[in-house]
Amino acid sequence: MTGSGTGPWVGRSVRRLGDPSILRGEGRYVADAIAGQDCLHTVFVRSPVAAGVLRAVQVPAGVWALTAAELASVAGICPTMDRPDYVPVTTPVLASDVVRFVGEPVAMVVAASPAEALDAAELVGVEIDRTPPVLSVADALRAGAPAVHDVAFPGEVNTVVQGTLTTPGFGDIFNAAATTVTVSSGSARQSALPIETRGSLADYEQRTGRVTLTTSTQMPHVTRTGICTSLGIPADLLRVVAPDVGGAFGQKMCLAREDIALVHAARQLRRAVAWVETREENLTASWHSREQQYTLTGAFDPDGRLLALRADIVADVGAYSCYPVTFGVEPLMALSELPGPYALEHYDVRARGVLTNKCPIAPYRGVSRPAMTLALERLMDTAAKQLGISPVQIRLRNLVREFPHTTPTGLVLDKASYVETMQDAVTAADLPGFRVRQQAAREQGRLLGIGLSVFAEHTGYGTPAFGARRLFMTPGYERVEITMDPSAGVVIRIGSSPHGQGLATTLAQIIADELGIAPEQIRVVHGDTDSTPFGWGTFASRSLVICGGAALMAARRLRQQLAAIAGELLDCDPWDLVFGDGRITRPGTESEVAIGHVAGFAYLNMNKLKSTSGSGLYAEAEYDPRGTFSNACHIAEVEVDPETGEVKILRFLVAEDAGRLINPAIADGQICGGVAQGIANALYEELVYDEDGNLSTASLMDYLPPTSAEIPPITIMHRETISDTELTGAKGIGEGGTIGAPAAVLSAISDAVTHLGVDVFQMPQSPHRLHASIQEAKQEGRA
Amino acid sequence: MKPAPFDYIPAASVAEAVAALAELGDGSKVLAGGQSLLPMMNFRLARPDALVDIGGLGELRGVQARERFIEVGALTRHLDLERTGVPGPLGSLLRSAGAQVGHLPIRTRGTFGGSVAHADPASEWCVLAALLDATMTVTSLAGTRTVAAADFFTTIFTTALEPDELLTAVTLPRLDESYRVAVVEFARRAGDFAIVAVMVACSVRNGVIGDARVCLGGVADRPVRSLAAESLLAGQPAGAAAFRAAADAAAAAVSPPADIHGSAGYRRDLVSVLLRRALERMAP
Amino acid sequence: MSRAKRDLILYVNGDRFAVSVEPRKSLADTLREDCHLTGTHLGCEHGVCGACTVLLDGEPVRACLILGVQAAGHSIRTVEGLAGENGTLHPLQQAFWDNHGLQCGFCTPGFLMLAAGLLESADPVTDDKIDDVLSSNLCRCTGYQNITRAVCAAARVMRQ
Ligand SMILES: Cc1cc2nc3c(=O)[nH]c(=O)nc-3n(C[C@H](O)[C@H](O)[C@H](O)COP(=O)(O)OP(=O)(O)OC[C@H]3O[C@@H](n4cnc5c(N)ncnc54)[C@H](O)[C@@H]3O)c2cc1C
Ligand code: FES
Ligand code: FES
Repeated sequence: MTGSGTGPWVGRSVRRLGDPSILRGEGRYVADAIAGQDCLHTVFVRSPVAAGVLRAVQVPAGVWALTAAELASVAGICPTMDRPDYVPVTTPVLASDVVRFVGEPVAMVVAASPAEALDAAELVGVEIDRTPPVLSVADALRAGAPAVHDVAFPGEVNTVVQGTLTTPGFGDIFNAAATTVTVSSGSARQSALPIETRGSLADYEQRTGRVTLTTSTQMPHVTRTGICTSLGIPADLLRVVAPDVGGAFGQKMCLAREDIALVHAARQLRRAVAWVETREENLTASWHSREQQYTLTGAFDPDGRLLALRADIVADVGAYSCYPVTFGVEPLMALSELPGPYALEHYDVRARGVLTNKCPIAPYRGVSRPAMTLALERLMDTAAKQLGISPVQIRLRNLVREFPHTTPTGLVLDKASYVETMQDAVTAADLPGFRVRQQAAREQGRLLGIGLSVFAEHTGYGTPAFGARRLFMTPGYERVEITMDPSAGVVIRIGSSPHGQGLATTLAQIIADELGIAPEQIRVVHGDTDSTPFGWGTFASRSLVICGGAALMAARRLRQQLAAIAGELLDCDPWDLVFGDGRITRPGTESEVAIGHVAGFAYLNMNKLKSTSGSGLYAEAEYDPRGTFSNACHIAEVEVDPETGEVKILRFLVAEDAGRLINPAIADGQICGGVAQGIANALYEELVYDEDGNLSTASLMDYLPPTSAEIPPITIMHRETISDTELTGAKGIGEGGTIGAPAAVLSAISDAVTHLGVDVFQMPQSPHRLHASIQEAKQEGRA
Repeated sequence: MKPAPFDYIPAASVAEAVAALAELGDGSKVLAGGQSLLPMMNFRLARPDALVDIGGLGELRGVQARERFIEVGALTRHLDLERTGVPGPLGSLLRSAGAQVGHLPIRTRGTFGGSVAHADPASEWCVLAALLDATMTVTSLAGTRTVAAADFFTTIFTTALEPDELLTAVTLPRLDESYRVAVVEFARRAGDFAIVAVMVACSVRNGVIGDARVCLGGVADRPVRSLAAESLLAGQPAGAAAFRAAADAAAAAVSPPADIHGSAGYRRDLVSVLLRRALERMAP
Repeated sequence: MSRAKRDLILYVNGDRFAVSVEPRKSLADTLREDCHLTGTHLGCEHGVCGACTVLLDGEPVRACLILGVQAAGHSIRTVEGLAGENGTLHPLQQAFWDNHGLQCGFCTPGFLMLAAGLLESADPVTDDKIDDVLSSNLCRCTGYQNITRAVCAAARVMRQ
């Protein structure tokens, strides 16, 4: 990696700007702000039962607590969608008369220290009459099932969102096809599991009555809007600050009921009030994700071309709807993006979200795409097998090659390299060589397998895409404000809210190239509603594309201002000037001026200039793109121990195309982290509820994020296909690793055990599950 | 995740520790390395009124070698045993079991005595103690007594220790050079508690098995010796046939618990696979 | 004796801290709240994630599974004690920076101290040993590739 020198900076693995302070232990995460603060501490008393009628909450004398009774003036959280097949559901800040999942907050206890708050919380009595819980989609859809909420969807009591679509002429094509292939696949519940749990500090300012909420969030501005809406206070009374955030992956983008309670308590008590979630709470009561089932039937022609696809998708969305993206986020994304990178024309789909008495879902890195890609890729593999062609051949026959390509759901795939990246990966994996090794290993009783997945990753989409979802608010654009000070130092203020993605560095690289200065001269201000323009935050692989595009535009505007002044100073046409190494130069001449001199001039000697439009150097820009698709092919090589069901990943290969790489090291970091989470999904992690609705996996002894020993070496190759849909040429890359890995891993497992008559479709393939499949196949004599 | 309040008594000697335990009674607990007790207290699953910290008792740390046996002090750290210089098959067994207890930062603190007293049925040291018919030395104000491993582990997380008793040492027989030993376990991730753990120690002379010891962890409410396997191994040639028969017999004889990491049947199959592998891999 | 606060002395990064803490307070909380050294993080408080890893008498330990009172009189090293007097990064810190070994940075102090315990010990360090020891801690961001790379790079530098 590089850290010094001269530009151009884009395309280089510049070391991240803020790292040294974090490496010294000077990071400021929310718990660090709390540790240094004189404040009260909070513990939430949570429902111990999955479903029930809340009869009473008894707070003993001497304990300061809030219950629903004290929150009568606070509105619940009710995100909506403007579509008839979405049923709005309200989340009370604290449960009032019904509890709907184990871990739901019932009361908030405040005391002088976290330990004392816990002592006090143990004294709070909660009386609940249990009612039968609904703990699975099957349960929820059963006739006569108890309703999780008193809201009715025509037909099924617990279905709260349903999207359907049938392209014209679907039936004819589907019915006439030579071959149909059906697969059912799905994913267990997973947690995004940032290593820093959620936490917040609500600090009340006596003088103004304002509250500053320092909170581990991906979306400071939207959090402010959400809290102020619930509390019915003007936005100016709340400042939201995202300090250093210790990972999020989606779990910190939705409005937390705990945060509303906290701000309310700070206003009541006129004191600073803090809450740091425990890991147990994080697993039981923060957001869950991914519990989805897919049934796909593909109609293929004899050559393996996918003519028509029928899909039934069900997501278990838990007990409430998350703000702002709602519990429609998983099923509706699956509906719209399922066709993936394949040139499909005829599509018939139903996607539903179903309520259960479990923790609510929210987006987690990739959202529906890991499970969706698993389903589609397993369909392709299964069809290939049935048609007697190879997994590579069937993909070659179906991958989109002409751009732009409009999918049956109206998404536009911009220029990408689906075929080429697959070929890169397949070449690098040396498939023929692998088959030889596989055979040799099998003769020694060892089972090796290889599997691939290909996908399109929808990234950097603005209001046009979110508008199509018909959410009650329409996220998408980003604003950037840029100023250069009289010494040529640059400050940019952004509405995005990075937390580990290295955005401050990549934005600085982009701006440094425009302005001819070094990245170290650029400071990025983010994560503070008082000092940044309104923005949507960091999620959905959007920040480098959207915020980066806005930063580029803003920097270009600032450059024009500098050029105008420099042109006058150098007596030439501003358009001719070249920026670099801290100087502005007239090409072909000795004539140049230091940028610092120009910047000083803009503030201190404006009167001497003829042509400028005002003092100072300031520009702003907003960017709201349609969106772009990055793409990749993942290949996993595994070894299966048929006797224990254990899967070891021997090698993992990624051929990625995310457009222009602003900072290759940072891009690779995103891919590796994503792949590890995808492997976790494929093999290790599963949130399990028992028959009463208690979470059986409420510690890291039972919920199993992989360690370095479980993650194989990852090899990454890049292509850089530049499509004209985004300004910087960079496509998003934040989620791809997570999206492609599960399908590649499961496909590799299937390849290893197919001769035993086993094929796998469900995540995670934990050893006991795979072992059971192998045993079953043996007993049935399938091998 | 903060413990309920408790009193803290750092003991300066064994005598002081047992006096404190006697005085404080039922509500008190010994604190050794804290690697099992403190997580449980952080979850408030354990809430002792007082902790008697024996961490400062240097005399309880370390291995004393005697002619026929060794004595492992209760405060001997996992890491000490992972690196022990005890010679022969017993040393191999200790090093390879030690290396599988949790991770380095757990092994620097956690103790042999703490593991044994905690009595997790999947714990390496509990399995090893049962495998070798260890003898526990236990002290209280009433004096010192010894308890055989077979009587020590009574059920899950429960031992024959009375609340006022301190485990001071565990005596393990030396294994002569004829012994072949192996530790094989199956866990989901590096460092996790085993779903099933298997330890074997077999005396093999001229290719024939004499004394055969097989102990299983994670398959019952305590570590269990597989008498079925042992009797099928003793007197047999050390080879595939005997190994397979013993493995199958051991599996048939257990009725393991089921949990989210596997059904009873899965654990039973693991017993057979892991025991066969352990027997195949036995080494001095 | 009682549940009340105890006065104790901790030696952290060569500095002497006189603090007064309840027996139930973990070493991690004591460092963070009473010594104002917040570089030691908490990610689980049950010993699995390793975000709280510090060196106690030179050995890596989980600061969430040690009581502050247990550490009285012992010497403790935290991430704040890694860099040199004048702020020069420790070879491990430098290697993490150079190899993009951190993203959100929350797990980083724990990994640094875990690795420092390994690389500064007298035992010979092999790549296999590094792999084995690094599996002690969890990172959710990096997929571990660059953490391993960084520690191996630092090991090479420190061997010289
Ligand atoms: C992440 C993690 C992973 C782990 N993985 C494993 C693993 O794979 N295998 C494994 O075996 N263990 C594992 N452990 C547990 C670890 O080995 C503990 O160190 C051990 O179980 C207890 O030893 P301790 O000294 O820490 O005891 P403590 O936690 O101090 O005490 C445990 C119990 O024993 C009692 N006790 C302790 N010493 C005595 C004594 N001398 N006399 C009477 N009673 C006493 C205590 O009162 C308490 O009830 C793991 C722990 C963690 C946190
Ligand atoms: S906080 Fe100590 S190990 Fe997780
Ligand atoms: S860098 Fe975020 S958890 Fe490791």
